[in-house]
Amino acid sequence: MSNLNTQMIEKYRNSFLREVEANVEEGEWVKMCMQCGVCSGSCPFGPHWEHPPQEIFMMIRAGKRDDVLTSDSMWMCTSCYNCIVRCPRGLPITHIMHGLAHYAHRLGLAPKENPTHKFAIKFWDNLTRTGRVNELKLGLALYFMNGFSEGIKTSLKMKDIGLGMWKTKRLSPMEIVGGHKCKDVSGLHKILAKAREIEESKAQKFSG
Amino acid sequence: MAKKEYSFYPGCSSQKAASASNYQTSVLTMCETLDVQLNEIPDWNCCSASIGYAGGGELPRLALSARNIALSEQANPGQDIVATCAACWLATKETQERLHDDSSLMEETNQALAEAGLEVQADGNIRHMVEVLIEDFGFDELGKHVKKPLEGIKIAGYVGCQTNRPFGIAGESFENPMYLDKLVETMGADPVENYDKKVQCCGGALAFSEPDKSQALIKEIIEAAYDGGADMIVTPCPVCQMNVEVYQGQINQKYNTKFEIPVVYYSQLMSVAYGAGVKEAGLDGQVIRATKLEEIARK
Repeated sequence: MSNLNTQMIEKYRNSFLREVEANVEEGEWVKMCMQCGVCSGSCPFGPHWEHPPQEIFMMIRAGKRDDVLTSDSMWMCTSCYNCIVRCPRGLPITHIMHGLAHYAHRLGLAPKENPTHKFAIKFWDNLTRTGRVNELKLGLALYFMNGFSEGIKTSLKMKDIGLGMWKTKRLSPMEIVGGHKCKDVSGLHKILAKAREIEESKAQKFSG
Repeated sequence: MAKKEYSFYPGCSSQKAASASNYQTSVLTMCETLDVQLNEIPDWNCCSASIGYAGGGELPRLALSARNIALSEQANPGQDIVATCAACWLATKETQERLHDDSSLMEETNQALAEAGLEVQADGNIRHMVEVLIEDFGFDELGKHVKKPLEGIKIAGYVGCQTNRPFGIAGESFENPMYLDKLVETMGADPVENYDKKVQCCGGALAFSEPDKSQALIKEIIEAAYDGGADMIVTPCPVCQMNVEVYQGQINQKYNTKFEIPVVYYSQLMSVAYGAGVKEAGLDGQVIRATKLEEIARK
């Protein structure tokens, strides 16, 4: 169990809802859910959620901390924003799901083998390294995320797609050595480090 | 009409030899005809798209887009920021709105930006290229430049998610936006009427991590286009374009279908209708060649 997780359990012993309100992006909206289920019915991946959004909201209020944070449900969000525009109460559901997923990741509780969790972290690492996404390295990292032999198998399965993209000049093998990047990468890294520092100190300060 | 200038945020996928480089080619061609000058934001960075949230968190993610806005304010003061990618537009617009509405977020973001000597105001407009076309030109004006109407081509207007939600285009509904159909018509082609999958999700970034679940959605998008008699699909989004185009082979294997439908950008339709050749319209960038469009482009 991560230190941060132990700390948060101590701090919010009596209320997971308050923990979510304090630490999860747009978490203060959770209590506004009226359990109509429009979000779940509108979700393109709806059938694949172990706990659909409105259930997640109720579970938060019921204090089901582990069940929520270890669930792969939030990792089914495709960011289509259908739930947001249809929610009669105007809850920013997509953002709350993103926020919950991020919080679960920070606490070390997110499902380690969930492919979207793995991919999302690789994406962030990829883009922050140079300031711009390196599509080739991202693709390869994705194919090989389940080990070398799996990676070879996936690469073979995907080779026609790669070839198609290469032939139409929408993928360059040269990206492996250099690739696109920001000039002021160090400035960008400083900005991100500071933003993270501020966010963490804010979470510490919150007293409910 | 006088020349129009915008601060341009092309985004990662529009770069040279990236997945939407053909989009960029056609956008530049289209803008030349419309006398639009795109001033690229110097040293812009990735917006973290729709999947960056997991590693990023709120403030680091907002700071990424805030850096772009700050650089734009510095280099292209007073100009609207225009993005061609749906995710770039969404992330940047969301950041602008949140910073504008929340003074403590603004203060924290500026504290982070100060590390690189930057400061953001975030009081300008963040727009999608489609908004520029509709609002600053309008269909009548866009139609005036048509040299080769796209006659005899039936096109399914696939709007997708993030150009449509949560912001969308002013005056359009989230459930049945009509602008893409109108644009198809303006270019002289024939829009598929009542294309029921026009705003269905293609899986987005999860096409990579959850291919089976996403391809089930993509299959429906393509099927509905064929059902409407479409020769091709048109979209304003780089992720939609790629997902719907490149997985057709895998879908055919899985579902025993025979899909082979071209998926193009609105800017490619416009470029061809405005008289551009195959290359200038980026049509050599299609994995599934849009032969009917190429024929017109070669005329």
